[in-house]
Amino acid sequence: MREVKILAIVVFFTAVTYWGVEPYAHSQMHPHVAPADFGFKEMAPLHVNGNADNGKLLVEANCIACHGIKSLGLEAPMSPEDAASSYGVVPPDLSHAGVIYDKNYLAGFLKDPVRATKLSHKFNDAKPYAMPSYGFFSDQEIADVVAYLNNIGSSPISDKAVFEEACGRCHSMKYDALKAQTPSASMKNYLGAEAPDLSMMIRSKKAEYLTTFINEPLKMVEGIAMPRVGLSEASQQQVIAYLEKVGDRKKAERESLGLQLIGFMAIFTLIAYLWKVSIWKRAA
Amino acid sequence: MAQIKKAEGFIDWLDQRLAVKAFMRVMMSEYWIPKNINFLWAMGVVLIALFAVLLVTGLLLLMYYKPDVALAFDSVNYTIMQEVEYGWLWRHMHGVAASATFLIIYIHLFTGIYYGSYKKGREMIWLTGMVLFVAFSAEAFSGYMLPWGQMSYWAAQVITNLFSGIPVIGDAVVIWIRGDYVVADATLTRFFMLHVVLLPLVILAVIAVHFYTLRFPHVNNQDSVELDFEAEAKTYKEGRVKESNVVPFWPVFLSKDFFVVGFFMTFFFFLVCYHFDFAMDPINFEPANSMKTPAHIYPEWYFLWNYEVLRGFFFDIGGMAAMDIGLIAFVFANTVFFLLPFLDRNAMNTAPAHKRPAFFVWFWFLVVDMIVLTVYGKLPPTGVNAWVGFFAAVLFLGLFIVLPIITKYEAKKGEKA
Repeated sequence: MREVKILAIVVFFTAVTYWGVEPYAHSQMHPHVAPADFGFKEMAPLHVNGNADNGKLLVEANCIACHGIKSLGLEAPMSPEDAASSYGVVPPDLSHAGVIYDKNYLAGFLKDPVRATKLSHKFNDAKPYAMPSYGFFSDQEIADVVAYLNNIGSSPISDKAVFEEACGRCHSMKYDALKAQTPSASMKNYLGAEAPDLSMMIRSKKAEYLTTFINEPLKMVEGIAMPRVGLSEASQQQVIAYLEKVGDRKKAERESLGLQLIGFMAIFTLIAYLWKVSIWKRAA
Repeated sequence: MAQIKKAEGFIDWLDQRLAVKAFMRVMMSEYWIPKNINFLWAMGVVLIALFAVLLVTGLLLLMYYKPDVALAFDSVNYTIMQEVEYGWLWRHMHGVAASATFLIIYIHLFTGIYYGSYKKGREMIWLTGMVLFVAFSAEAFSGYMLPWGQMSYWAAQVITNLFSGIPVIGDAVVIWIRGDYVVADATLTRFFMLHVVLLPLVILAVIAVHFYTLRFPHVNNQDSVELDFEAEAKTYKEGRVKESNVVPFWPVFLSKDFFVVGFFMTFFFFLVCYHFDFAMDPINFEPANSMKTPAHIYPEWYFLWNYEVLRGFFFDIGGMAAMDIGLIAFVFANTVFFLLPFLDRNAMNTAPAHKRPAFFVWFWFLVVDMIVLTVYGKLPPTGVNAWVGFFAAVLFLGLFIVLPIITKYEAKKGEKA
């Protein structure tokens, strides 16, 4: 009985220390923020139905001068290096833009890119954003473009492809041999900071943090250069799944081997206990 | 020269040359341990088990690790964690065992204090144990730098900078330790040397001395009863095992230790596979970046109480700079445990703390204060946190100042009674 009491005391003080330095300290260092908003509610939603046919005309007249749409065989007009030096950053391919980004966000982005990406601390009249504002479009026209992009991007897309479209213009993934499309020197010039390699991000930031962060970086880190990219909830989960696939590749092995190791030690402990009881009965 | 005869078997052959039977008797089957002990007496063997885990996993990691600022991070996080079969397991075991070692060291240390196992002939056990604590601290600190993550770099930057507080030669010492003006490649390679060669050699040697120091004063027991070990051993060997107050190290004492080790290692593997963030801080999975200071810099949990004693003095007192007071307090905190056997002025009273009322209160104040220091060592030192840290640091120093007084008083009361 005395040993159980001692064990309880040891466990109690260990647990209090653990609680203090882990969950409690982290809650103090990283104050709670509102959960991710995948509705992008602060941007007024469009109340009109888009016409994809008209959207096609608008995209052809306005977008493909800078953007490629590889799924339709339209290559980007410039090489990534040339595009990066002309615009500051490589413009995204639009093959899946209508699917991976939230519709509401996409509409808000076309109207006012700086506001949608929350980059007003980086871009203004003196330093304009690479993507021009289409605020002069009517709501109907905006809805048409969104509807068209959504139409062409309907095929299912792999986790890696979502990452490449949404993140790969700025971020490398060294451990999966992916290099950022925009050279890092251009990046620094463009946003004032180098975009970090994301290979180990899943281990350094953890899925829970990334869910809120990718949805709205500025909410988590004051003055950060990373834009709000506007991924839909499903696409963002695909990005996180890909980060995990690369940065924590052995997770499944770890979690299944863990049970075996614990089981092995539990059996060892049981045998050791029986041996101890038999020895102490005899010899002590 | 010994009388060599034709051997009756392999053991006999060895025995004639190495006296293995006598050796086993002395070290194992006739090394007597008191019977009246509890599981806290198994912490030494748990530590040996953890040290073995650290040694073996360390050797495996060493086969792939590259001590170079350009290669270290990827050699750990890509080659070892992803490419090498079970490399992740060795790394997780190594990282978690380092933290677990400190947990058990603290339990071992508080057990020694509670049961008065640091005095009346056991001073050398205590002192060598404290040397081991310092050696393990240096080992842990140097090892934490090797993955070359953000906290590897910034903790090294902050901790090595502490030495600049040494009067006159401080700045030169910092450069001497770093091998450069800032923490850089030269720092990594020398800490690598310390971590994999020099410190393990020191630790192995001091472990041997620590065991040796136990032989003459013998292991304490939970009522601190002084035993006549020769008489007790005689009783045991005559077959009156129930009457004897001692048991042999092997197999009786170790049979219980194996059970305790098994119990602890079951929990250990749970931590290794499912709950490792406390020992492998996520921030260290971000590569070291000298241009990007992390928002919160803190050492590993087992150094936090120490760190908070340093940080607790956050304002100048009587014309003395806060940093200097903190450094003096820090040096005090790191040496005062060595002096414990001599600060206890009631050297002959080895009763456990619950039989020494004033010491009992002192003990629990110490435990709680060190936990408060540990927790506040991690919290941002702002507002009320800074004050809690300050008072906890003052209390820590105060506890060691009053210890001689309360134990002296206890001794006087003991004489009267």
